[in-house]
Amino acid sequence: MTATTAPSAPTTAPPGPTGPTVAVRHVLAQIGRYTFLCAVLGFFALPLLWLATAPFDDTPTVTASLPQFTLDNFRALLDNPYALSSLLNSVYLAGGTAALVVVFAALAAYALSRVRVPGRDALLYGLLLLSSIVTGTATMVPLFELAFRLNLIDSRLGVILILSGGLLPAAIFILKDFMDSTPTSYEESARVFGASPLQIMRHIVVPVVRPGLATVGVWAVANVWGNFLVPFLLLRGPEKAPAAVIMYTLYTEGGQADLRLLSTFSLLYSLPVALMFVFVSSRYGFRFHGGIKR
Amino acid sequence: MRPATGASPAPDAAGLGRARATGFLVPAMVLILVFLVVPAAWTIYLGVTNYRLTGLAAANPEIVGLDNYTQALGDERFRTSLLLTLQFVLGSAVIGQAGLGFAIAFALRDRRGPLRRLVEGFVLLSWILPSSVVAFLWIALLDRDAGTLNALLGIPGMAWLLDYPMLSIIIFNTWRGTAFSMMLYAAALENVPRSHLETARLAGASTWQQLRDVVFPRIRGHVLTNLLLISLWTFNDFAPFLITAGGPEQRSEILPVYVYKVALSGGELGFGAAISFIMLLINLVIALVYLRMLGRRKEPA
Repeated sequence: MTATTAPSAPTTAPPGPTGPTVAVRHVLAQIGRYTFLCAVLGFFALPLLWLATAPFDDTPTVTASLPQFTLDNFRALLDNPYALSSLLNSVYLAGGTAALVVVFAALAAYALSRVRVPGRDALLYGLLLLSSIVTGTATMVPLFELAFRLNLIDSRLGVILILSGGLLPAAIFILKDFMDSTPTSYEESARVFGASPLQIMRHIVVPVVRPGLATVGVWAVANVWGNFLVPFLLLRGPEKAPAAVIMYTLYTEGGQADLRLLSTFSLLYSLPVALMFVFVSSRYGFRFHGGIKR
Repeated sequence: MRPATGASPAPDAAGLGRARATGFLVPAMVLILVFLVVPAAWTIYLGVTNYRLTGLAAANPEIVGLDNYTQALGDERFRTSLLLTLQFVLGSAVIGQAGLGFAIAFALRDRRGPLRRLVEGFVLLSWILPSSVVAFLWIALLDRDAGTLNALLGIPGMAWLLDYPMLSIIIFNTWRGTAFSMMLYAAALENVPRSHLETARLAGASTWQQLRDVVFPRIRGHVLTNLLLISLWTFNDFAPFLITAGGPEQRSEILPVYVYKVALSGGELGFGAAISFIMLLINLVIALVYLRMLGRRKEPA
Protein backbone atom coordinates (compact mmCIF):
# COMPACT_ATOMS: atom_id res chain seq x y z
CA MET A 1 0.00 0.00 0.00
CA THR A 2 2.72 2.45 0.93
CA ALA A 3 4.67 1.72 -2.22
CA THR A 4 1.91 2.94 -4.50
CA THR A 5 1.79 6.37 -2.90
CA ALA A 6 5.47 7.10 -2.80
CA PRO A 7 6.21 10.74 -2.02
CA SER A 8 6.13 12.93 -5.06
CA ALA A 9 9.37 14.65 -5.89
CA PRO A 10 9.41 18.37 -5.19
CA THR A 11 8.56 20.22 -8.37
CA THR A 12 11.01 23.04 -7.89
CA ALA A 13 14.66 22.25 -7.35
CA PRO A 14 15.31 22.74 -3.64
CA PRO A 15 17.82 25.46 -2.84
CA GLY A 16 20.59 25.05 -0.32
CA PRO A 17 22.39 21.96 0.91
CA THR A 18 21.12 18.57 -0.19
CA GLY A 19 23.91 16.53 1.32
CA PRO A 20 23.60 12.83 2.02
CA THR A 21 22.66 13.31 5.69
CA VAL A 22 19.65 15.40 4.73
CA ALA A 23 18.59 12.79 2.18
CA VAL A 24 18.99 9.95 4.67
CA ARG A 25 17.01 11.82 7.24
CA HIS A 26 14.32 12.52 4.71
CA VAL A 27 14.00 8.81 3.88
CA LEU A 28 13.89 7.92 7.57
CA ALA A 29 11.21 10.54 8.14
CA GLN A 30 9.14 9.08 5.30
CA ILE A 31 9.46 5.57 6.74
CA GLY A 32 8.47 6.88 10.14
CA ARG A 33 5.51 8.68 8.69
CA TYR A 34 4.12 5.65 6.88
CA THR A 35 4.68 3.39 9.88
CA PHE A 36 2.74 5.89 11.96
CA LEU A 37 -0.10 6.11 9.44
CA CYS A 38 -0.37 2.32 9.26
CA ALA A 39 -0.52 2.14 13.05
CA VAL A 40 -3.26 4.80 13.04
CA LEU A 41 -5.17 2.86 10.42
CA GLY A 42 -4.90 -0.29 12.53
CA PHE A 43 -5.97 1.46 15.71
CA PHE A 44 -9.07 2.96 14.11
CA ALA A 45 -10.04 -0.06 12.02
CA LEU A 46 -9.56 -2.74 14.68
CA PRO A 47 -12.70 -2.08 16.77
CA LEU A 48 -14.75 -1.76 13.58
CA LEU A 49 -13.72 -5.17 12.23
CA TRP A 50 -16.29 -7.00 14.33
CA LEU A 51 -19.09 -4.85 12.93
CA ALA A 52 -18.06 -5.86 9.42
CA THR A 53 -17.62 -9.60 10.03
CA ALA A 54 -19.94 -10.79 12.81
CA PRO A 55 -23.29 -10.00 11.12
CA PHE A 56 -22.37 -12.38 8.29
CA ASP A 57 -20.82 -15.15 10.37
CA ASP A 58 -22.93 -18.28 10.90
CA THR A 59 -21.54 -18.69 14.43
CA PRO A 60 -20.70 -15.15 15.56
CA THR A 61 -18.46 -14.74 18.60
CA VAL A 62 -17.09 -11.53 20.07
CA THR A 63 -13.84 -12.13 18.20
CA ALA A 64 -13.55 -10.56 14.77
CA SER A 65 -12.71 -13.32 12.29
CA LEU A 66 -13.25 -14.26 8.68
CA PRO A 67 -16.93 -15.22 8.56
CA GLN A 68 -18.51 -18.43 7.35
CA PHE A 69 -20.76 -16.36 5.17
CA THR A 70 -24.48 -16.35 5.87
CA LEU A 71 -27.37 -13.94 5.89
CA ASP A 72 -29.41 -16.02 8.32
CA ASN A 73 -28.48 -13.78 11.24
CA PHE A 74 -30.71 -11.04 9.92
CA ARG A 75 -33.69 -13.27 10.71
CA ALA A 76 -32.93 -12.61 14.39
CA LEU A 77 -34.06 -9.03 13.79
CA LEU A 78 -37.53 -10.22 12.89
CA ASP A 79 -37.73 -12.57 15.88
CA ASN A 80 -37.02 -9.83 18.39
CA PRO A 81 -40.18 -7.83 19.15
CA TYR A 82 -38.37 -4.53 19.69
CA ALA A 83 -35.55 -4.49 17.14
CA LEU A 84 -37.34 -3.15 14.10
CA SER A 85 -39.85 -1.04 16.01
CA SER A 86 -37.00 0.68 17.86
CA LEU A 87 -35.54 1.75 14.52
CA LEU A 88 -38.93 3.22 13.64
CA ASN A 89 -38.90 5.03 16.98
CA SER A 90 -35.49 6.46 16.11
CA VAL A 91 -36.81 7.65 12.76
CA TYR A 92 -39.74 9.25 14.53
CA LEU A 93 -37.57 11.02 17.12
CA ALA A 94 -34.96 12.14 14.59
CA GLY A 95 -37.52 13.23 12.00
CA GLY A 96 -39.68 15.06 14.52
CA THR A 97 -36.75 16.88 16.09
CA ALA A 98 -35.22 17.80 12.73
CA ALA A 99 -38.54 19.15 11.44
CA LEU A 100 -39.15 21.19 14.57
CA VAL A 101 -35.60 22.55 14.65
CA VAL A 102 -35.50 23.45 10.96
CA VAL A 103 -38.88 25.24 10.94
CA PHE A 104 -38.51 27.10 14.23
CA ALA A 105 -34.88 28.00 13.61
CA ALA A 106 -35.61 29.24 10.08
CA LEU A 107 -38.41 31.51 11.30
CA ALA A 108 -36.32 32.87 14.16
CA ALA A 109 -33.19 33.29 12.04
CA TYR A 110 -35.12 35.15 9.37
CA ALA A 111 -36.64 37.55 11.87
CA LEU A 112 -33.24 38.13 13.48
CA SER A 113 -31.56 38.62 10.14
CA ARG A 114 -34.03 41.07 8.64
CA VAL A 115 -35.37 43.09 11.56
CA ARG A 116 -33.32 45.01 14.05
CA VAL A 117 -34.39 43.48 17.30
CA PRO A 118 -32.73 45.35 20.14
CA GLY A 119 -29.93 43.34 21.73
CA ARG A 120 -29.97 40.83 18.91
CA ASP A 121 -26.33 39.85 18.94
CA ALA A 122 -26.15 39.67 22.69
CA LEU A 123 -29.21 37.42 22.59
CA LEU A 124 -27.68 35.11 20.00
CA TYR A 125 -24.38 34.76 21.79
CA GLY A 126 -26.11 34.30 25.09
CA LEU A 127 -28.23 31.48 23.69
CA LEU A 128 -25.24 29.83 22.06
CA LEU A 129 -23.30 30.00 25.29
CA LEU A 130 -26.25 28.59 27.17
CA SER A 131 -26.73 25.68 24.79
CA SER A 132 -23.08 24.72 24.99
CA ILE A 133 -22.97 24.65 28.78
CA VAL A 134 -26.46 23.29 29.51
CA THR A 135 -25.80 19.81 28.23
CA GLY A 136 -28.06 16.84 28.84
CA THR A 137 -25.38 15.38 31.06
CA ALA A 138 -25.04 18.38 33.32
CA THR A 139 -28.78 18.96 33.60
CA MET A 140 -30.17 15.44 33.69
CA VAL A 141 -31.64 16.02 37.14
CA PRO A 142 -33.77 19.10 36.34
CA LEU A 143 -34.66 17.72 32.90
CA PHE A 144 -36.01 14.60 34.53
CA GLU A 145 -37.87 16.70 37.10
CA LEU A 146 -39.25 19.02 34.42
CA ALA A 147 -40.45 16.14 32.28
CA PHE A 148 -42.10 14.66 35.35
CA ARG A 149 -43.97 17.89 36.16
CA LEU A 150 -45.03 18.47 32.56
CA ASN A 151 -46.27 14.91 32.26
CA LEU A 152 -43.68 14.15 29.60
CA ILE A 153 -42.19 11.05 31.20
CA ASP A 154 -42.49 8.10 28.84
CA SER A 155 -43.52 10.46 26.06
CA ARG A 156 -41.71 10.58 22.74
CA LEU A 157 -42.94 14.14 22.27
CA GLY A 158 -41.08 15.05 25.49
CA VAL A 159 -37.85 13.65 24.05
CA ILE A 160 -38.38 15.60 20.83
CA LEU A 161 -39.06 18.87 22.67
CA ILE A 162 -36.06 18.53 24.99
CA LEU A 163 -33.69 17.64 22.16
CA SER A 164 -35.05 20.52 20.04
CA GLY A 165 -34.51 23.00 22.86
CA GLY A 166 -30.87 21.98 23.02
CA LEU A 167 -30.26 22.12 19.26
CA LEU A 168 -32.15 25.33 18.43
CA PRO A 169 -29.58 27.97 19.47
CA ALA A 170 -26.84 26.56 17.26
CA ALA A 171 -29.34 25.99 14.44
CA ILE A 172 -30.52 29.62 14.60
CA PHE A 173 -26.91 30.76 14.61
CA ILE A 174 -26.03 28.72 11.50
CA LEU A 175 -29.17 29.76 9.62
CA LYS A 176 -28.83 33.44 10.47
CA ASP A 177 -25.39 33.29 8.88
CA PHE A 178 -26.94 31.85 5.72
CA MET A 179 -29.71 34.45 5.66
CA ASP A 180 -27.35 37.37 6.27
CA SER A 181 -25.38 36.41 3.19
CA THR A 182 -28.39 36.33 0.85
CA PRO A 183 -29.33 39.57 -0.92
CA THR A 184 -32.59 41.25 0.06
CA SER A 185 -33.36 42.63 -3.39
CA TYR A 186 -35.68 39.73 -4.35
CA GLU A 187 -37.65 40.21 -1.19
CA GLU A 188 -37.92 43.94 -1.83
CA SER A 189 -39.23 43.49 -5.34
CA ALA A 190 -41.64 40.76 -4.24
CA ARG A 191 -42.90 43.18 -1.64
CA VAL A 192 -43.38 45.87 -4.24
CA PHE A 193 -45.63 43.43 -6.10
CA GLY A 194 -47.68 42.90 -2.97
CA ALA A 195 -46.48 39.58 -1.62
CA SER A 196 -47.12 38.96 2.08
CA PRO A 197 -44.21 38.23 4.43
CA LEU A 198 -45.17 34.56 4.70
CA GLN A 199 -45.38 34.26 0.91
CA ILE A 200 -41.97 35.90 0.62
CA MET A 201 -40.63 33.47 3.18
CA ARG A 202 -42.05 30.44 1.39
CA HIS A 203 -41.37 31.31 -2.22
CA ILE A 204 -38.19 33.36 -2.02
CA VAL A 205 -36.29 32.89 1.20
CA VAL A 206 -36.69 29.12 1.64
CA PRO A 207 -35.49 28.22 -1.88
CA VAL A 208 -32.49 30.52 -1.52
CA VAL A 209 -31.34 29.17 1.84
CA ARG A 210 -32.21 25.54 1.09
CA PRO A 211 -28.58 24.36 1.51
CA GLY A 212 -28.58 25.88 4.97
CA LEU A 213 -31.84 24.18 5.87
CA ALA A 214 -30.47 20.86 4.63
CA THR A 215 -27.29 21.31 6.67
CA VAL A 216 -29.25 21.97 9.83
CA GLY A 217 -31.62 19.08 9.12
CA VAL A 218 -28.82 16.56 8.59
CA TRP A 219 -26.99 17.86 11.63
CA ALA A 220 -30.11 17.50 13.79
CA VAL A 221 -30.84 13.98 12.53
CA ALA A 222 -27.25 12.88 13.19
CA ASN A 223 -27.42 14.29 16.71
CA VAL A 224 -30.71 12.64 17.63
CA TRP A 225 -30.00 9.31 15.91
CA GLY A 226 -27.05 8.62 18.20
CA ASN A 227 -28.41 10.28 21.34
CA PHE A 228 -28.64 7.79 24.17
CA LEU A 229 -29.02 9.80 27.36
CA VAL A 230 -32.28 11.71 26.87
CA PRO A 231 -34.45 8.79 25.70
CA PHE A 232 -32.72 6.56 28.27
CA LEU A 233 -33.77 8.97 31.04
CA LEU A 234 -37.29 9.72 29.87
CA LEU A 235 -38.73 6.66 28.16
CA ARG A 236 -39.76 3.80 30.40
CA GLY A 237 -40.75 0.78 28.35
CA PRO A 238 -39.02 -0.91 25.39
CA GLU A 239 -42.03 -0.18 23.15
CA LYS A 240 -41.17 3.49 22.80
CA ALA A 241 -37.39 3.20 23.14
CA PRO A 242 -35.28 4.20 20.13
CA ALA A 243 -32.50 2.01 18.73
CA ALA A 244 -29.82 3.68 20.89
CA VAL A 245 -31.52 2.45 24.06
CA ILE A 246 -32.56 -0.98 22.71
CA MET A 247 -28.97 -1.56 21.57
CA TYR A 248 -27.78 -0.93 25.13
CA THR A 249 -30.37 -3.24 26.68
CA LEU A 250 -29.43 -5.98 24.20
CA TYR A 251 -25.97 -6.32 25.70
CA THR A 252 -26.63 -5.43 29.30
CA GLU A 253 -29.85 -7.18 30.15
CA GLY A 254 -30.53 -10.84 30.67
CA GLY A 255 -27.64 -13.29 30.71
CA GLN A 256 -25.95 -14.36 27.51
CA ALA A 257 -26.18 -11.74 24.78
CA ASP A 258 -27.59 -12.95 21.48
CA LEU A 259 -24.72 -12.12 19.17
CA ARG A 260 -26.67 -12.80 15.99
CA LEU A 261 -29.19 -10.18 16.99
CA LEU A 262 -26.61 -7.81 18.43
CA SER A 263 -24.38 -7.83 15.37
CA THR A 264 -27.09 -7.48 12.75
CA PHE A 265 -28.89 -4.84 14.78
CA SER A 266 -25.67 -2.83 15.24
CA LEU A 267 -25.09 -2.89 11.52
CA LEU A 268 -28.62 -1.91 10.59
CA TYR A 269 -28.68 0.87 13.18
CA SER A 270 -25.29 2.24 12.06
CA LEU A 271 -26.03 2.10 8.36
CA PRO A 272 -28.22 5.23 8.04
CA VAL A 273 -25.65 7.56 9.62
CA ALA A 274 -22.85 5.94 7.64
CA LEU A 275 -24.79 6.42 4.39
CA MET A 276 -25.72 9.97 5.33
CA PHE A 277 -22.05 10.68 5.96
CA VAL A 278 -21.00 9.20 2.60
CA PHE A 279 -23.70 11.23 0.87
CA VAL A 280 -22.78 14.49 2.57
CA SER A 281 -19.05 14.05 2.10
CA SER A 282 -19.33 13.07 -1.55
CA ARG A 283 -21.71 15.89 -2.33
CA TYR A 284 -20.36 18.76 -0.27
CA GLY A 285 -17.02 17.44 0.95
CA PHE A 286 -16.58 16.82 4.62
CA ARG A 287 -14.43 19.83 5.37
CA PHE A 288 -14.41 22.07 8.29
CA HIS A 289 -16.65 24.98 9.10
CA GLY A 290 -16.74 24.93 12.87
CA GLY A 291 -18.05 22.33 15.27
CA ILE A 292 -20.88 20.37 13.77
CA LYS A 293 -21.27 17.77 16.43
CA ARG A 294 -21.48 17.63 20.16
CA MET B 1 -27.25 48.20 21.55
CA ARG B 2 -25.00 48.40 18.50
CA PRO B 3 -24.86 45.15 16.59
CA ALA B 4 -21.29 43.91 16.79
CA THR B 5 -21.25 41.96 13.56
CA GLY B 6 -22.89 44.61 11.38
CA ALA B 7 -23.11 42.03 8.61
CA SER B 8 -26.88 42.14 8.27
CA PRO B 9 -28.37 43.61 5.13
CA ALA B 10 -30.67 46.61 5.02
CA PRO B 11 -33.28 46.43 7.75
CA ASP B 12 -36.59 44.76 7.09
CA ALA B 13 -36.50 44.19 3.35
CA ALA B 14 -39.56 41.94 3.44
CA GLY B 15 -41.67 44.38 5.42
CA LEU B 16 -41.90 42.01 8.33
CA GLY B 17 -42.43 44.62 11.02
CA ARG B 18 -41.60 44.35 14.69
CA ALA B 19 -44.78 42.51 15.63
CA ARG B 20 -44.50 39.80 13.02
CA ALA B 21 -40.79 39.41 13.64
CA THR B 22 -41.56 38.77 17.27
CA GLY B 23 -44.13 36.21 16.18
CA PHE B 24 -41.46 34.44 14.13
CA LEU B 25 -39.19 34.36 17.14
CA VAL B 26 -41.65 33.12 19.71
CA PRO B 27 -41.84 29.35 18.95
CA ALA B 28 -38.07 28.89 19.07
CA MET B 29 -37.68 31.10 22.13
CA VAL B 30 -40.40 29.27 24.05
CA LEU B 31 -38.72 25.90 23.48
CA ILE B 32 -35.33 27.30 24.43
CA LEU B 33 -36.76 28.97 27.50
CA VAL B 34 -38.61 25.89 28.77
CA PHE B 35 -36.04 23.23 27.97
CA LEU B 36 -32.77 25.10 28.34
CA VAL B 37 -33.13 28.15 30.57
CA VAL B 38 -35.58 26.68 33.07
CA PRO B 39 -33.52 23.50 33.68
CA ALA B 40 -30.39 25.57 34.24
CA ALA B 41 -32.18 27.82 36.72
CA TRP B 42 -33.92 24.89 38.35
CA THR B 43 -30.60 23.20 39.00
CA ILE B 44 -29.73 26.05 41.32
CA TYR B 45 -33.00 25.72 43.23
CA LEU B 46 -32.95 21.91 43.47
CA GLY B 47 -29.35 22.01 44.62
CA VAL B 48 -30.29 23.74 47.87
CA THR B 49 -33.13 21.32 48.71
CA ASN B 50 -33.18 17.79 50.09
CA TYR B 51 -35.46 16.69 47.26
CA ARG B 52 -35.65 12.95 46.70
CA LEU B 53 -37.23 10.78 44.03
CA THR B 54 -39.30 8.81 46.55
CA GLY B 55 -40.22 8.97 50.23
CA LEU B 56 -41.03 11.80 52.58
CA ALA B 57 -38.68 14.38 51.08
CA ALA B 58 -40.29 13.77 47.67
CA ALA B 59 -43.65 15.13 48.83
CA ASN B 60 -42.44 18.29 50.52
CA PRO B 61 -38.79 18.99 50.01
CA GLU B 62 -37.09 21.37 52.44
CA ILE B 63 -34.55 24.03 51.78
CA VAL B 64 -31.29 22.82 53.27
CA GLY B 65 -29.09 25.69 52.15
CA LEU B 66 -25.57 24.78 51.18
CA ASP B 67 -25.66 21.41 52.94
CA ASN B 68 -25.50 19.52 49.64
CA TYR B 69 -22.40 21.41 48.64
CA THR B 70 -20.57 20.93 51.91
CA GLN B 71 -21.59 17.29 51.87
CA ALA B 72 -20.28 16.90 48.31
CA LEU B 73 -16.97 18.59 49.01
CA GLY B 74 -16.47 16.39 52.05
CA ASP B 75 -17.44 13.25 50.17
CA GLU B 76 -14.60 10.93 49.25
CA ARG B 77 -16.57 9.49 46.33
CA PHE B 78 -17.23 12.94 44.83
CA ARG B 79 -13.61 14.01 45.11
CA THR B 80 -12.44 10.76 43.55
CA SER B 81 -14.95 11.25 40.75
CA LEU B 82 -13.71 14.79 40.12
CA LEU B 83 -10.14 13.52 39.95
CA LEU B 84 -11.08 10.73 37.55
CA THR B 85 -12.89 13.27 35.36
CA LEU B 86 -9.74 15.39 35.28
CA GLN B 87 -7.73 12.33 34.23
CA PHE B 88 -10.34 11.53 31.60
CA VAL B 89 -10.30 15.04 30.10
CA LEU B 90 -6.51 15.41 30.19
CA GLY B 91 -5.82 11.88 29.01
CA SER B 92 -8.41 11.41 26.31
CA ALA B 93 -9.06 14.95 25.08
CA VAL B 94 -5.96 17.08 25.61
CA ILE B 95 -3.35 14.37 25.09
CA GLY B 96 -5.27 11.72 23.19
CA GLN B 97 -7.59 13.48 20.76
CA ALA B 98 -5.66 16.70 20.26
CA GLY B 99 -2.26 14.97 20.13
CA LEU B 100 -3.28 12.15 17.84
CA GLY B 101 -5.50 14.42 15.75
CA PHE B 102 -2.64 16.83 15.16
CA ALA B 103 -0.18 14.01 14.43
CA ILE B 104 -2.51 12.52 11.81
CA ALA B 105 -3.23 15.89 10.22
CA PHE B 106 0.50 16.68 10.11
CA ALA B 107 1.43 13.30 8.65
CA LEU B 108 -1.23 13.72 5.96
CA ARG B 109 -0.64 17.43 5.30
CA ASP B 110 0.73 17.10 1.75
CA ARG B 111 -0.95 13.84 0.83
CA ARG B 112 -3.86 13.51 -1.54
CA GLY B 113 -5.30 10.30 -2.83
CA PRO B 114 -6.32 6.89 -1.48
CA LEU B 115 -4.14 6.63 1.64
CA ARG B 116 -5.41 9.94 2.97
CA ARG B 117 -9.02 9.09 2.19
CA LEU B 118 -8.68 5.69 3.84
CA VAL B 119 -7.17 7.04 7.06
CA GLU B 120 -9.62 9.94 7.25
CA GLY B 121 -12.52 7.63 6.45
CA PHE B 122 -11.81 5.29 9.35
CA VAL B 123 -11.14 8.11 11.79
CA LEU B 124 -14.39 9.80 10.81
CA LEU B 125 -16.34 6.55 10.93
CA SER B 126 -15.42 6.02 14.57
CA TRP B 127 -16.73 9.52 15.23
CA ILE B 128 -20.11 9.28 13.54
CA LEU B 129 -21.32 5.82 14.57
CA PRO B 130 -23.94 5.79 17.37
CA SER B 131 -22.40 5.69 20.83
CA SER B 132 -24.23 2.59 22.02
CA VAL B 133 -22.89 0.69 19.00
CA VAL B 134 -19.27 1.76 19.43
CA ALA B 135 -19.54 1.05 23.14
CA PHE B 136 -20.36 -2.57 22.38
CA LEU B 137 -17.63 -2.74 19.73
CA TRP B 138 -15.14 -1.83 22.46
CA ILE B 139 -16.62 -4.27 24.93
CA ALA B 140 -16.18 -6.98 22.28
CA LEU B 141 -12.66 -5.79 21.42
CA LEU B 142 -11.55 -5.83 25.05
CA ASP B 143 -13.41 -9.00 26.06
CA ARG B 144 -11.43 -11.07 28.54
CA ASP B 145 -11.75 -14.48 26.93
CA ALA B 146 -12.54 -13.97 23.28
CA GLY B 147 -11.74 -10.31 22.61
CA THR B 148 -9.98 -9.50 19.35
CA LEU B 149 -7.29 -7.53 21.16
CA ASN B 150 -6.27 -10.40 23.44
CA ALA B 151 -6.36 -12.78 20.49
CA LEU B 152 -4.01 -10.49 18.57
CA LEU B 153 -1.66 -9.91 21.48
CA GLY B 154 -1.78 -13.59 22.44
CA ILE B 155 -2.70 -12.89 26.07
CA PRO B 156 -6.08 -14.53 26.66
CA GLY B 157 -7.58 -13.81 30.06
CA MET B 158 -6.39 -10.20 30.24
CA ALA B 159 -9.37 -8.35 31.77
CA TRP B 160 -8.82 -4.81 30.45
CA LEU B 161 -12.14 -3.41 31.63
CA LEU B 162 -11.75 -4.81 35.14
CA ASP B 163 -8.05 -4.19 35.69
CA TYR B 164 -7.58 -0.96 33.76
CA PRO B 165 -11.03 0.66 33.53
CA MET B 166 -9.79 4.27 33.33
CA LEU B 167 -7.14 3.48 30.75
CA SER B 168 -9.77 1.62 28.72
CA ILE B 169 -12.25 4.50 28.59
CA ILE B 170 -9.46 7.02 27.96
CA ILE B 171 -8.26 5.06 24.94
CA PHE B 172 -11.85 4.49 23.87
CA ASN B 173 -12.60 8.21 23.95
CA THR B 174 -9.39 9.01 22.09
CA TRP B 175 -10.52 6.62 19.36
CA ARG B 176 -14.01 8.05 19.47
CA GLY B 177 -13.27 11.75 19.21
CA THR B 178 -9.98 12.23 17.35
CA ALA B 179 -11.81 13.04 14.09
CA PHE B 180 -12.78 16.54 15.20
CA SER B 181 -9.22 17.52 16.11
CA MET B 182 -7.84 15.89 12.98
CA MET B 183 -10.14 17.91 10.72
CA LEU B 184 -9.59 21.13 12.60
CA TYR B 185 -5.81 20.79 12.43
CA ALA B 186 -5.96 19.72 8.78
CA ALA B 187 -7.76 22.99 8.06
CA ALA B 188 -5.31 24.93 10.23
CA LEU B 189 -2.27 23.43 8.53
CA GLU B 190 -3.48 24.73 5.16
CA ASN B 191 -2.60 28.17 6.53
CA VAL B 192 1.04 27.23 7.03
CA PRO B 193 2.90 28.02 3.80
CA ARG B 194 4.57 24.89 2.47
CA SER B 195 7.59 26.86 1.33
CA HIS B 196 8.35 27.82 4.93
CA LEU B 197 8.35 24.19 6.01
CA GLU B 198 10.46 23.22 3.03
CA THR B 199 12.97 25.95 3.76
CA ALA B 200 13.20 24.94 7.39
CA ARG B 201 13.65 21.30 6.46
CA LEU B 202 16.40 22.05 3.97
CA ALA B 203 18.12 24.25 6.51
CA GLY B 204 18.38 21.08 8.56
CA ALA B 205 15.66 21.70 11.12
CA SER B 206 14.33 18.55 12.76
CA THR B 207 10.63 17.78 12.64
CA TRP B 208 10.29 18.97 16.21
CA GLN B 209 12.04 22.27 15.40
CA GLN B 210 9.84 22.75 12.35
CA LEU B 211 6.76 22.23 14.49
CA ARG B 212 7.93 24.57 17.20
CA ASP B 213 9.23 27.41 15.05
CA VAL B 214 7.16 27.29 11.87
CA VAL B 215 3.90 25.45 12.47
CA PHE B 216 2.87 26.14 16.02
CA PRO B 217 3.07 29.97 15.98
CA ARG B 218 0.68 30.00 13.03
CA ILE B 219 -1.97 27.68 14.46
CA ARG B 220 -1.96 28.80 18.08
CA GLY B 221 -5.54 30.09 17.85
CA HIS B 222 -6.76 26.80 16.40
CA VAL B 223 -5.02 24.85 19.13
CA LEU B 224 -6.75 26.84 21.87
CA THR B 225 -10.15 26.56 20.17
CA ASN B 226 -9.65 22.85 19.76
CA LEU B 227 -8.54 22.22 23.32
CA LEU B 228 -11.43 24.16 24.86
CA LEU B 229 -14.12 22.57 22.71
CA ILE B 230 -12.97 18.98 23.13
CA SER B 231 -12.46 19.52 26.86
CA LEU B 232 -16.02 20.78 27.16
CA TRP B 233 -17.41 17.83 25.20
CA THR B 234 -15.30 15.24 26.95
CA PHE B 235 -16.21 16.65 30.34
CA ASN B 236 -19.89 16.10 29.46
CA ASP B 237 -19.47 12.74 27.78
CA PHE B 238 -21.83 10.03 28.96
CA ALA B 239 -20.55 7.26 26.67
CA PRO B 240 -18.17 5.68 29.24
CA PHE B 241 -21.30 4.72 31.16
CA LEU B 242 -22.19 2.41 28.28
CA ILE B 243 -18.88 0.54 28.63
CA THR B 244 -17.99 0.36 32.31
CA ALA B 245 -21.01 1.99 34.00
CA GLY B 246 -18.51 3.59 36.37
CA GLY B 247 -17.19 0.29 37.63
CA PRO B 248 -15.62 -1.81 38.83
CA GLU B 249 -15.98 -0.35 42.34
CA GLN B 250 -16.41 3.20 41.01
CA ARG B 251 -12.91 3.14 39.57
CA SER B 252 -14.08 4.72 36.29
CA GLU B 253 -16.89 6.82 37.76
CA ILE B 254 -16.48 10.16 36.02
CA LEU B 255 -18.82 13.00 37.02
CA PRO B 256 -21.62 12.38 34.47
CA VAL B 257 -21.85 8.76 35.59
CA TYR B 258 -21.63 9.79 39.24
CA VAL B 259 -24.54 12.23 38.88
CA TYR B 260 -26.62 9.64 37.09
CA LYS B 261 -26.03 7.05 39.79
CA VAL B 262 -26.56 9.35 42.76
CA ALA B 263 -29.54 11.28 41.45
CA LEU B 264 -31.48 8.97 39.15
CA SER B 265 -30.55 5.48 40.32
CA GLY B 266 -30.13 6.48 43.96
CA GLY B 267 -32.99 8.98 43.96
CA GLU B 268 -31.09 11.81 45.71
CA LEU B 269 -32.26 14.51 43.32
CA GLY B 270 -31.30 17.46 45.53
CA PHE B 271 -27.76 16.24 46.08
CA GLY B 272 -27.44 15.30 42.40
CA ALA B 273 -28.59 18.79 41.40
CA ALA B 274 -25.84 20.32 43.53
CA ILE B 275 -23.26 18.22 41.67
CA SER B 276 -24.92 19.20 38.39
CA PHE B 277 -24.58 22.85 39.31
CA ILE B 278 -20.87 22.38 39.95
CA MET B 279 -20.63 20.79 36.49
CA LEU B 280 -22.51 23.72 34.97
CA LEU B 281 -20.08 26.15 36.57
CA ILE B 282 -17.12 24.25 35.16
CA ASN B 283 -18.78 24.25 31.72
CA LEU B 284 -19.39 27.98 32.04
CA VAL B 285 -15.76 28.72 32.83
CA ILE B 286 -14.53 26.72 29.82
CA ALA B 287 -17.10 28.32 27.51
CA LEU B 288 -16.40 31.87 28.71
CA VAL B 289 -12.68 31.46 28.15
CA TYR B 290 -13.49 30.19 24.66
CA LEU B 291 -15.82 33.09 23.82
CA ARG B 292 -13.37 35.69 25.11
CA MET B 293 -10.71 34.19 22.92
CA LEU B 294 -12.96 34.22 19.86
CA GLY B 295 -13.76 37.87 20.49
CA ARG B 296 -10.12 38.77 20.87
CA ARG B 297 -9.20 36.96 17.67
CA LYS B 298 -11.89 38.74 15.70
CA GLU B 299 -10.92 42.27 16.70
CA PRO B 300 -7.36 42.63 15.42
CA ALA B 301 -8.09 40.61 12.25
